[in-house]
Amino acid sequence: MKKPALLTLSGVSKRYGKVQANNAIDLEVHSGSIHAVLGENGAGKSTLMKLIYGVERPDEGTIVWNGTPVSFNRPSDAQALGIGMVFQHFSLFETLNVVQNVSLMIPGRQQDLARKITDLGEKFGLTVDPHAMVHTLSVGERQRVEIIRCLLLDPKLLILDEPTSVLPPQSVQLLFETLRKLQAAGTAILFISHKLEEIRALCDEATVLRGGAVTGRVDPRAQDARALAQMMIGHEMPKVDAARAVTPGSVRLALKGLSHPRASRFGTTLTDINLDLRAGQIIGIAGISGNGQQELAALISGETRAQRKDMVQIMGQNAGLLDAQKRRQLGFSFVPEERLGRGAVPEMSLADNSLLTGHRQGMLKGGFIKRQVERDYTRRCIEDFDVRTPGPDAEAGAMSGGNLQKFILGREIMLNPDVMLVSQPTWGVDIGAATAIRRRLVEMRAQGAAILVISEELEELFEICDSLHVLHEGRLSKALSVADTSAEEVGAYMIGASE
Amino acid sequence: MKLRMIRRDAASRMAMFGAPVLALLLTCLTSLILFAALGIPAGKALHALLLKPFLSWYSFAEILLKMAPLLLIAQGLAIGFRANVFNIGAEGQFIIGAICASAFPVYYPEGNFPAMLPAMILAGGLGGMAYASIAAGLRTRFGASEILVTLMLSLIAVQILNYLLLGPWKDPRGFNFPQSVRFPENAQLPLLFENVRPNVSLLFALIGSLFAYLMMERHFRGYQLRTAGLAPKAALYAGFSAPRMIWLSLALGGIAAGIAGASEVAGPLGQLQRSVSSGYGYAAIIVAYVGGLRPLGIIASSFLISVLYIGGDSATVSAGLPVAAVEVFQGMLLAFYLLTFTLIRFRLQIERGVPA
Amino acid sequence: MSALEFLLAGTLAAALPLMLAALGEMVVEKTGLLNLGLEGMMAIGAAIAFICVYHSGSHSLGFLAAALVSTALALIFAFLVIVVQANQVAAGLAVGVLGLGLSALFGKTYESLTISGLQEIGFPALSQIPVIGPTVMTQDIVVWLTLIGTVALWYVLNKTKLGLIIAAVGENADAARAIGYPVGLIRTVAVAFGGAMCGLAGAYASTVYTPLWADGMIAGRGWIALALVVFGTWRTGRVVFGAMLFGVLSLGELTAQAVGVAIPSQVLASLPYVVTILMLVAISRHQRHVS
Repeated sequence: MKKPALLTLSGVSKRYGKVQANNAIDLEVHSGSIHAVLGENGAGKSTLMKLIYGVERPDEGTIVWNGTPVSFNRPSDAQALGIGMVFQHFSLFETLNVVQNVSLMIPGRQQDLARKITDLGEKFGLTVDPHAMVHTLSVGERQRVEIIRCLLLDPKLLILDEPTSVLPPQSVQLLFETLRKLQAAGTAILFISHKLEEIRALCDEATVLRGGAVTGRVDPRAQDARALAQMMIGHEMPKVDAARAVTPGSVRLALKGLSHPRASRFGTTLTDINLDLRAGQIIGIAGISGNGQQELAALISGETRAQRKDMVQIMGQNAGLLDAQKRRQLGFSFVPEERLGRGAVPEMSLADNSLLTGHRQGMLKGGFIKRQVERDYTRRCIEDFDVRTPGPDAEAGAMSGGNLQKFILGREIMLNPDVMLVSQPTWGVDIGAATAIRRRLVEMRAQGAAILVISEELEELFEICDSLHVLHEGRLSKALSVADTSAEEVGAYMIGASE
Repeated sequence: MKLRMIRRDAASRMAMFGAPVLALLLTCLTSLILFAALGIPAGKALHALLLKPFLSWYSFAEILLKMAPLLLIAQGLAIGFRANVFNIGAEGQFIIGAICASAFPVYYPEGNFPAMLPAMILAGGLGGMAYASIAAGLRTRFGASEILVTLMLSLIAVQILNYLLLGPWKDPRGFNFPQSVRFPENAQLPLLFENVRPNVSLLFALIGSLFAYLMMERHFRGYQLRTAGLAPKAALYAGFSAPRMIWLSLALGGIAAGIAGASEVAGPLGQLQRSVSSGYGYAAIIVAYVGGLRPLGIIASSFLISVLYIGGDSATVSAGLPVAAVEVFQGMLLAFYLLTFTLIRFRLQIERGVPA
Repeated sequence: MSALEFLLAGTLAAALPLMLAALGEMVVEKTGLLNLGLEGMMAIGAAIAFICVYHSGSHSLGFLAAALVSTALALIFAFLVIVVQANQVAAGLAVGVLGLGLSALFGKTYESLTISGLQEIGFPALSQIPVIGPTVMTQDIVVWLTLIGTVALWYVLNKTKLGLIIAAVGENADAARAIGYPVGLIRTVAVAFGGAMCGLAGAYASTVYTPLWADGMIAGRGWIALALVVFGTWRTGRVVFGAMLFGVLSLGELTAQAVGVAIPSQVLASLPYVVTILMLVAISRHQRHVS
């Protein structure tokens, strides 16, 4: 028996400048269905959601809601019809508490809202303290606030954008239970993700996007992961062959009792972190975002000075008080998680961005910049690392995320580092580029480099690391050998269950 | 209704030259309306402001004279602005530079100090630098906003000037006017041309411009400053020392303003007077921005604003234009420049809402 | 009148222009913007108010006109920063210079003219209190209205949804946009409010506090108001306290001169600026980053 379609998109297209983000998309969502929108990064999922939620307007095509064509000028139009959205990057205000945050979107007195928050929480398993300040909440709790805020508008359709990317494995199950309860209550759910196993476990319908167009409309439960992956990326899922036969050499990066107070009340205090990274090793640091990863990366890179010089040792030298330039002189290089604005200057060309960390590679003479050397270096980087760009004069800000990441990684690798820190190496990068990046890291290890990877993608860490630690509330777990551990065990550390 | 700015391709060159010209046009248009409303003969006023200065060699030379301090100070300030270090107190550094330079002729009124002129200029530069460094220290050590500190220091500098002129440095034979003794011959900058007032300070300004160009466009230091302004996190990531950027920015601005101040008292003024504080430090900010914060553009904008000053002077006589009009003109010029610069670089797209 | 009575009587009035301008700018900064043009907006407010009062004899009209004109100037800033997305420092300075120039332009012909000030009002019971009664408790109507208005402002910012929205916009404009709030509009209204407050501040300075107009009469008070916002860590009560402190300071300078303290007048005149610098240094630890 076919349920009536709640939301129908026909021939919907959207273009941003030269990029066709959505191309003639057809989509049908039914009430009481959990519908997946599957696609890798850059496939057009976010754009599609912006169109459905009213943040943007389609260039072509129609959107039909409950049989009536509609057109949204702003999110409140979509909300008025009963569409709610939980964003991937939460739109919560840290300096306010939960009730205040909710009251910014939902009318009503704060006491009434507080009561409704608690009631809904009990009904759907989304417990959260209404009077807690948001900056004290964990990521999972913040997501609950986002969901509750949507539910208070009594939506007929709930859109969730990559909801599990910020959750530890255990919390994912809790979320799924909540979603199933909502489904039973008649709400339709649009679940955007690139995680095949989750979609197969949760969703009854799936629309697959690739390159802005629909490549498949299936029941994910009836497909195997390989078939879904094919539709998603158009070819076989590439694999990184991580041969682990290298014997680790001398210690290249050592963290000894690294502690650091948090910089603001929104930060995380680091306590007694100890780590040894040897040549020929890739060590991973897993953890849910917000547990100290940013602080740790900054202390290792030199962007934050440690409290004592021996807390961070690079190539056997005390580096805790050195700035980033001096640490690079010791043989260290760093690929940060923020590309634009930190790893690269958006308004500058790629050539000028090479200068950022590569200036000691012969680009300066007497302090004056040698443009030719700069450009040659950049050209080599572009070629060797398959950066799709017109040339060294292209503006960094105009490049796609994946290409910029390849450039930054390439620039840092070309420094021939003895030890490298990489933070979220493949976040927002398409599958092809992500695989290429992981392959590079593995190659570097084979050549004897020492690499530290901070990542929230557990699968990635399992794929390329020899061992991993888990960062939880500013403390680092002991080393877990990748060969001997499991996602569940790591997940337990991530939520602090095995302290 | 939603507004979106979409960057135009390859518009930077056009923006560099087109924006100031368009801004000037808009300013003239608006001034015409303003003058008409105030009962000032608009055509006469604009003629006096923009055309008359070019009509005689003497007045053209006056433009060059006025241009020198504006150009020099603006070059120094622009370097800092590009690094997001906002030195708003160049006026105070100018005054302190003038004071330091004046110390020599005040204490050696016969001029019998070896290499008096170079010493004065040097003292001026060092004085301006030291004064600006106060703000640098307070910013790097305590995080105090250099915008407010340099401003406050400027206002204090005026008081210091007044104190000296009404007290210890007052010319005993000056009829009780607040001014110092007139400086001797060898405390005056050599003139560039005969019978007109421009002096070697113009050369200082041009050298300063060259220095600014080489440093900002060709040298690594300039790259570090630009990065600090465009993407402070990237500068930190690269290991560029933020305190050093702040010290350098303020020091350069201070030296420039200080030398300009010294040149003023060793030049057209020939003594230390209250009118040393004539707003050059503030006008230079406008010169810097309207010049697009680029060394070349600043040469053009300093010329333009000097024209306005000289024209304004003659317009008070010929068209009854109040002195304050020049200030209004400058404010409008900057405001319009900010508008035209963005309009040329970005296309404004208005997305109209479709009725639901 | 003794020195103490002088101080008690005059502090609120001396503080008033600072208070108004600083509270206005505080609201602007709470939405995440920074307007450096306070000095110019106060100056034009002063000029317009004086002209209005001179010709009409009505202080109310003068204050209204001043507020409107300063708001117009502030809206230029809002346009440049919000729509054109120009650099805030440059935009604020442009508007400030415009304001200073326009005030000199309009006010020139009114330079040596006089107008009448405002009467002081006391409340029957309160003005009987010894010492404080005839001094602190007797102020002109603008002071009383401002004090009431300040309490109202505090209430709006801390106890109403509007205040919540302002805080949200200031903390994370993108998130506020994402949940549907018209951030540009909210900021524009805040900037307009700040402009109006500067206009009122200038109007008070030229038509009540010292009923005369002179070029440069604002004398840096706009900049001090900016510093006061930082000093008060963007909290209403603290900003008011800071303004009072400066009120005392500026009166102290007059008092010292009257009493004949042997300090050069320039040192006394520099005092507010020096104290401002010290203040900025002292609160560095609590400084919040205004982006």
